[in-house]
Amino acid sequence: MNLQPEEWAALMLSIKVSTWAMTASLPLAILVAWILARGNFVGKWMLSAFVHMPLVLPPVVTGYLLLLVFGRTGIIGGWLEQIGIVLAFRWTGAALAAAIMGFPLMVRAIQLAIEAVDPKLEEAAETLGADPAWRFMLITLPLIAPGILAGAVLGFAKAIGEFGATITFVANIPGETQTLPSAIYAFLQIPGGESGALRLVLLSIFVALGAVLISEWLSRLVAARIGRR
Amino acid sequence: MTLEVSISHSFGSFKIDADFITGCGVTTIFGPSGAGKSTIVNAIAGLLRPQKGRISQDGEIMFDSSREIMVRPSKRRIGYVFQDGRLFPHLSVAGNIRFGVRFSTGSRSSVEEGDIAEILGLSGLMNRRPGTLSGGEKQRVALARALLSNPRLLLMDEPLASLDESRKDDILPYIERLRDVSKVPIVYVSHSMAEVSRLADHLVVLKMGKVVASDTAQSVLSDPEAMPYVGVREAGAIVLARVLEHERDGLTRLRFSGGDLLLPGVGVSPGLPVRVRILAKDIILSLAEPTGLSSNNILPVTVESVHRGDGPGVAVQVRAGRDSLLSRLTARAASEMQIAPGMSCYAILNATAVPRVSISAARPT
Repeated sequence: MNLQPEEWAALMLSIKVSTWAMTASLPLAILVAWILARGNFVGKWMLSAFVHMPLVLPPVVTGYLLLLVFGRTGIIGGWLEQIGIVLAFRWTGAALAAAIMGFPLMVRAIQLAIEAVDPKLEEAAETLGADPAWRFMLITLPLIAPGILAGAVLGFAKAIGEFGATITFVANIPGETQTLPSAIYAFLQIPGGESGALRLVLLSIFVALGAVLISEWLSRLVAARIGRR
Repeated sequence: MTLEVSISHSFGSFKIDADFITGCGVTTIFGPSGAGKSTIVNAIAGLLRPQKGRISQDGEIMFDSSREIMVRPSKRRIGYVFQDGRLFPHLSVAGNIRFGVRFSTGSRSSVEEGDIAEILGLSGLMNRRPGTLSGGEKQRVALARALLSNPRLLLMDEPLASLDESRKDDILPYIERLRDVSKVPIVYVSHSMAEVSRLADHLVVLKMGKVVASDTAQSVLSDPEAMPYVGVREAGAIVLARVLEHERDGLTRLRFSGGDLLLPGVGVSPGLPVRVRILAKDIILSLAEPTGLSSNNILPVTVESVHRGDGPGVAVQVRAGRDSLLSRLTARAASEMQIAPGMSCYAILNATAVPRVSISAARPT
């Protein structure tokens, strides 16, 4: 498979954007999942609804809202620009869009894992002298590791496939914001672009397959480590 | 060691009002299901905040509602063996029992990991996962885990309740050995009189959330007034005896302050102390010294008190030497014999009525 430089660039950009989107949002996803699973406060349903919003909104709406808020003239975007961070029409913006679209999936997977941990185990750890931070590190975190892994894989997969919000927020600039789906879309817009599109489609299938295989292997590893084999 | 508990807490219409003071050794909290036993141990551990009251150990306050003091469970240094074990499924047996070591503070524990693993028979299980252990093994691991966190008090909430009858008898000797080796005061919750009779130094009896008796196990268990709470079929005094010799016919001769007892053979060496539980229903009384009887256990006793309950039975406390025994007679027999405090008579115990599990190694004195 002879990849053209811009096709190669689209592949590498997709992997970079998705990796950043997934790793940067994972700690926040764990925190939010924890709050939703264990928190007991008024307005919890509102937080939950807000987190799940990107799942049900048309991606183009999410992308447009991102443009409004994080664009150069947006509330946060304008402020970020003063300290030298520009998101609109940059790869970092693509990562932000991918992270937001994948966030509900990550939170969901991790929240389910936290809800499955018996709080009585944490109580037992407490009687053995462990304070909340130690209880989380030594009991909860290892027990929810498979859930975190599942959430991370979902978040990564969602980021690889993200198209609507990304193209709305950061457009389709080769080498800067043109991810695999955007590149396929671009090929399909020009006459005779089908062969290029087909190569990228095959590439996407390879990436997806690779991600699934790696996650399968990792989850076996984790399952063995925490004794759930 | 002095543990003072004085708490009140209510769940809806059910109110718990518990007040007791206890010391070293094993304190058992006995009562039927729903009497409030777990609430009390959870309050001592700090897992439950009582609505009112005070809990302190050796003057150190762990909870005081009037002064808004509530020490966190992780800071109380109270080990807890839960009914359901609660082992950490992602850690090996070794990982589980060492869990609390990193947090343990205070003076070094008198017992080391190797000793505890040895006593509890865990040496061969160290690399196993909790999921592969039997119920009895799990409870032994939970016990080791709690002890190695170097607690100043050990709580055990029905640790044998989830085990088969035969397994329970296997675990009790482990607990007895630990009690003797570790010197950690233990609060042991149970609804089984058999366990209580074997382990208790101090006995707190709970009924409907209230403490109805709290004293040394020997005095509560030989108190005819406490018989209704203990259960008439389960009631029975405990006497401390010493193994004199193992006889050729398989019986063991024990000596206690009231005389000798010939009971089924036990695996305790001559000279060592044993604790014998003698059920009230297994003792009959006779006015004259009986002759030609099939029983060898005939003790001269003095009637101390007589308690007439609601049913057809009468509980009679008799004194044999420095120990007290409890006998349950029918009210008719008691009135025909004119049983009254102060009178002398003979207590007869059928040796075969005493099962081997009722005779256990006692704490060496």
